[in-house]
Order: sequence, then C-alpha cells, then structure tokens
Amino acid sequence: MKRFTKDHEWIEDTDGVLTVGISDHAQEQLGDITFVELPDVGKTLAKGDAFAVVESVKAASDVYAPVDGEVVEVNAALDEKPELVNEAPESDGWFVKFKAEGVDLSDLMDQAGYDEYLKTIS
Amino acid sequence: MAEVPTDALKHTPLVEVHKAAGARMVPFAGYLMPLQYSGIMAEHTACREGAGLFDVSHMGQLRLDESEPGAAAAWLERLTPSNITGLKEGAARYSVLTNEAGGVVDDLIITNMGDHLRVVVNGARREAVATHFAAHADAKVTVTPLDRALIAIQGPAAEAALAPHVDVDLSALTFMTAAYGTAFGADAMISRCGYTGEDGFEISVPNAVAATAWTTLCEDARVAPVGLGARDTLRLEAGLCLYGQDLSEEISPVEADLGFVMPKRRREEGGFLGQERILAELADGPNRKRVGLAVGGRVPARAGAVLQLDGRDVGLVTSGGVGPTVGAPIAMGFVAGQHAEIGTELAAIVRGKSVPVTVAPLPFVPSRAKRKT
Repeated sequence: MKRFTKDHEWIEDTDGVLTVGISDHAQEQLGDITFVELPDVGKTLAKGDAFAVVESVKAASDVYAPVDGEVVEVNAALDEKPELVNEAPESDGWFVKFKAEGVDLSDLMDQAGYDEYLKTIS
Repeated sequence: MAEVPTDALKHTPLVEVHKAAGARMVPFAGYLMPLQYSGIMAEHTACREGAGLFDVSHMGQLRLDESEPGAAAAWLERLTPSNITGLKEGAARYSVLTNEAGGVVDDLIITNMGDHLRVVVNGARREAVATHFAAHADAKVTVTPLDRALIAIQGPAAEAALAPHVDVDLSALTFMTAAYGTAFGADAMISRCGYTGEDGFEISVPNAVAATAWTTLCEDARVAPVGLGARDTLRLEAGLCLYGQDLSEEISPVEADLGFVMPKRRREEGGFLGQERILAELADGPNRKRVGLAVGGRVPARAGAVLQLDGRDVGLVTSGGVGPTVGAPIAMGFVAGQHAEIGTELAAIVRGKSVPVTVAPLPFVPSRAKRKT
C-alpha cells in the first residue's frame, strides 16, 4: 500500500525495500520535468535529507528522504526519459529503492488521507 | 511576490477567461496571472510553430501628450539614450529609461502615433516609472495611464490568425511599426512587435472586448494561449532582458549589451540621465557585460548561480533554465569584461557543484521578426 508525505513523496514497502517517488499532484505542480538528479547506489540517507533534485522547465526542487535508509537501486530509466515522472509518477516514474530495517510507515498518510490533505492545501 | 495574498492582487480583464481555461494562476507584478495552461513545453512549442496568445494587460500603457510639437520626444530624450525625436509616425522603438547613476529604471517601447506618443512599460515597474516621470516632469508634457487590455499574438501563424479580425493591412506593417484600426469591432492600436523572437503583434483594445478578442483568437486551431512560464523561456531563447533579473537600477544599458538603443547622435551629443557613466562605459568598455551562456550537461544554471573561472568568482547568472526549442539548458549572465568573449569557458556553481558553461552568441534561437527588406 502506498503512503504519502506532506512533501508529496510516495513510499511503498515491498518486503523491507521501500520504493520512493513523487506524487501525481507533485509532478503536476512542477510541470514539464527535464532532468532528475538521483543519488548514488549505496548512499546512506537520514529521514529529511534532500536525496534527489527534480529539474522542471521553471525550477529545481529537492526531494526528501521519507525514512532513514540506504539506496539500493535508482531508476536508470529517468536518465533517458525524465518525462516518465510526468507520465507515470506513481509507477514507472519512481526514483529510488531504499533498504530500511523496521521502518514504521503508519504515521504517513494513505491515499484517502493524502487526498484529504491535498484539499486542505489547494 | 509569492507572499502577496491572492485577494490583494489586481486582475486583468481576462482573469476569468484564464481561470475558465484551467490556467494555473500565480501572483506576478501585482496581478493574478496565468503561469501555464497546457504546460510550458507545449505552449512554448505552439508559439514557435503556430501562434501563442499572451495576456500582457498587466503592462502599463501610457499616453504622452504635448503642448508644443516635439516636446514629448525631446523630454524622452532626456530620460532615454535613444533617438526619439527622429521617430517617424507609426514607428516604435525599444529603449530604456535611465537614472542619474546610469542604471535602468525600466525597459520600454515608445511609439509615435502622430498626435501623441504611446509608451508600454513593465507591469512591475509602473509605479517606479510614474515616480521617475514625476521627478523629471516637464510642464509641456502630460502623461496619462490608459486602462486598456493588451494582448500579444506571436509566432509564424500570428499574421494569418489575426488578419481576419482587424481592418488594418497587417502585411504592410513591418517589425516595430504600429497602426490604429478596428479589431474585434473596437478601436485598436496594433503594433508589430513582441518579446519572443517570433514575428507577431501586440493589440491594445478596450477592456470590454478583451475576452471576445481572446476567445475568438483561441478558436483558431493554430493559436494556443501561453502563460508566463513559456513567455520566460521564449524570451530567454530570444536573448532578451527581463527587468528585475537582467536589468536593474544598478545595471547600465552598456553593461546589459543594449548598445543598439543608443545611436551615434545620442552618444555624441549626450543630454540624457546617467550619461557620465554610460558615455564612459561606451568609450572604455564596461566592467561587466551581459553574455549568453551555453550550459554543458543537463543541469540548468538558474538566476543567482555564481560564475567562476579557475575557482575565482567572475560573474553571476541572471536568467537561466531549459530552452525548449534549443533542447538544452541555456542562461544569460553578467561576467567581468575580460571574460565576455564568445567561447570563453567558465563554470556555474549549481548546488555546490561546478557546471561547465561557455559564453555563447545571443540569441539562442534566431529572430524571425519581419524586418524591412
């Protein structure tokens, strides 16, 4: 099940490997994405670290680590096709996979909670 | 501007049309303006390949009347380094208002409409210009702000898309000329000018017909509405200055590489505000100069990025981003005079990392303005 942060990252736990990307709302706000700067595999991140930069036509935006963890894979497809983030932000446009032990995601919003949250900030 | 509450913002006569079209609205120059409709890339391309429609009603339109023939042009020659007294009827000129220190108060378009001069200034500089004009007022010249809509249509299809709706022979208008006529059933001033590098027009119409003009033009399949986002990428590719970034009260027109606004007569005769600095910089070269920058790789160098040579600061990026038509990051910035030569290799510091940049000729995309042949 996907969980969402207030900074508009999504996170999905598959047997202790967390896939992270930005939400459909986030890509829509950013507009045409031209480049995504991803971290190196093996990098250790603390929750709140800026781990990626999304370059859209107009601006550069940081993406923050929603949990502590180690980067085990990055989405190499974004190098050639950064527009995947616009086209499929919550599937093919994922950013990185984290290895994180015993992380509790229950304080993050589920889809329904995130949808409600979006209404409060629009 | 982001901290300005939305309800404190002024509206152009087209605000409801933008909202109905689903535009993302943002504060800009004190107005609630469309940032984008379908997306910056698509809007940028629509303008380069067909025609883009821009609401530029936030810009200030001023009418200058005079009590003696030639008084208004003579007055503007004290406030700009351009040739205004020689401006023929129907001719428009891009220029800058200079201050006593040789900096730029605003960049503007001045048009001779025969019985008066018409001036268009930046929306964000309306008050600064009004203050400047008041401080240097001439009893023989009256400045009247006009409450009218201003719509720009830009791109290779602009003439064909606009022609059916106006009674002016657009094909007879060349770049930087203007005429009165009727557009969308109302009195209009139509100028062949723009700020995208494309051929196109600016049409000043009464507020009451603005929405009709806009929606009628949008019904043409070649025409797409364009927001501030693509307006910025288009003007950056065209190598044109944006006030507040590439121009300011501290930057001189010589530093901004706007020598073309200062013709020989004005350079020889002087007689304009800030001439001491400006004439000295024309004679000796400025300490810093605006240049184009081709950016290596895919990380854009945006406004504020420091430019370095061998680890030493030598300049600053003032406009930067991705050029959708160029297909790569591009920028403009100011560098110390000795590093302004085309081909000079520098580094822009982006988020602490060094990005290679090369001083490049401007514009990045060749101008398609319809000049006299």
